[in-house]
Amino acid sequence: MVTSTAHRLAVLRPNRWARLGALLLLAYVIYATAQMDVSWERVAAGLHNAAHFLNRLFPPNFSRWELLSKGLLESLEIAVLASTLGIVLSLPLGFIAARNLMPGWASWPARLVIVSARSFHPVIVAIVFVKAVGFGALAGILALTVASIGFIGKLFAEAIEEISLKQVEAVRATGASFMGIVAIAVLPQVFARFIGFCTYQLDSNLRNSTMVGIVGAGGIGGTLFAAFQRFDYDYVCAILISIIALIMIGEMVATYVRAIFIDGMTFAEMFHRRLSALGTRPERRFDDE
Amino acid sequence: MNDVPATHSWRRFTPAQRLARFTVYLAIVAAIVTSIQTVEIIPEFLSDAPEQVADLLRRMWPIDVAYYPKGVHAALMETIHIASLGTLLALILALPVGILAAHNVCPFTPVNLVAKLILVSSRSVNSLVWALLFVGIFGPGALAGTLAIAFRSIGFVGKLFGEALEETSRGSIEALAAAGAPWASRLSFGYWPQVKPSFWSIALFRWDINVRESAVLGLVGAGGIGMTLDSALNLFQWNRVATILAAIFFVVILAELAVTFVRKRII
Repeated sequence: MVTSTAHRLAVLRPNRWARLGALLLLAYVIYATAQMDVSWERVAAGLHNAAHFLNRLFPPNFSRWELLSKGLLESLEIAVLASTLGIVLSLPLGFIAARNLMPGWASWPARLVIVSARSFHPVIVAIVFVKAVGFGALAGILALTVASIGFIGKLFAEAIEEISLKQVEAVRATGASFMGIVAIAVLPQVFARFIGFCTYQLDSNLRNSTMVGIVGAGGIGGTLFAAFQRFDYDYVCAILISIIALIMIGEMVATYVRAIFIDGMTFAEMFHRRLSALGTRPERRFDDE
Repeated sequence: MNDVPATHSWRRFTPAQRLARFTVYLAIVAAIVTSIQTVEIIPEFLSDAPEQVADLLRRMWPIDVAYYPKGVHAALMETIHIASLGTLLALILALPVGILAAHNVCPFTPVNLVAKLILVSSRSVNSLVWALLFVGIFGPGALAGTLAIAFRSIGFVGKLFGEALEETSRGSIEALAAAGAPWASRLSFGYWPQVKPSFWSIALFRWDINVRESAVLGLVGAGGIGMTLDSALNLFQWNRVATILAAIFFVVILAELAVTFVRKRII
């Protein structure tokens, strides 16, 4: 009996550091909330407002569907072109950044480019491009291209750094050129993961291409923000529903593309297990941004 | 003496698989070509770009350091508060939803599906859209930003936490169940020790993302440095814009370093 009590205490013994951490966290929460002048009155007033707001959001108003579909189409075009450009540019960049294939003087500058491409949110990058190339889809394409380089470049370089060097050595022993080694020994090892990154990035670009319009870089975002500022809430609701539908379709297409390239799925199989196919674990360790 | 005909050629994929791959390639090419043809790009703007960039850099260059203590610092701190409080709120809200989404912890399929629906809807709405909605409800300010960050993060944290729960080994949980431990005890002594490292790593990862995201929420009025950026942009004060961008860059790099450090120490 005594031993069991002692054991129980050992399991439940409070960890002093964990307690200190929790206390510090609580202090921070109180401090930060006070800084942001969040008060219960404000929250209560907001909740009162919410019912009114939701009332005006519904029913969604699809009467201006032409403008809506034009914006969505432009977002789609931005996503496709930005992903293409981003993938094409990040392939060589990712290669140069891989430290196991390249000397330090080559990989460090490439890594620096990749890190700086990642450090700003696509919408902020879009602001700079709107100034550089004017309002419209081009600014959005360039901004999302930068985001794609940051993401695919980083993951592609990491994937190359994790390859098995045995195959590289074997191919090199046959007297293959550098390009031969890359094509035969390196690319096949990273191809499946590369498809994963690309479909993920297309998905992420699609999400962001619906938002860059807020700063004037093309796509449905501009229409959304304008409608919001005019308190045109039922149109906002229609736009949001369409954006979510577009993103979900994009996610589904990405899952199928991954299934075709990574699991070797055929159309017949796709038809048979349409629903269970969606259960395959996609490369989704990173959500977007 | 194997009768492999000399003309037989080995292929990695079956014809059906090749058809599927070919269709995807065709679709990709078609999408790119139609996009190039239909997207509206004004060539004059493109040819003007180098001049505009040079002009931008000239206007940005002497960055307005004196503006930092006056106008940027407080907003930057607010951004960090939005990101941190939003992440904390998301962790609190995502824990129960993640538990309900994991089939081995909560073996009721309808409950799992409802929880997964909550997670999917949280993730499929961009944080800027969440911010717009909360600005509509609570008015402009940091409260809307914090809630936007929290609601966007619930899906992310809940999904990854639920998956971590589903990947736990059943040994210790079965032992607890055999000893007659109730559900809550199994959760806190069986599941929690196994998923604790991944929980904290998810939390840190999301905080890092949220620091980046909270910097733009101000563009739609949801508080933080984005509001300062927005007003500087509207007034074409490019040297102030440069100061703000430098401040954001600095904070993002610091956050990434902090996350790497903490992850190494704790996990």
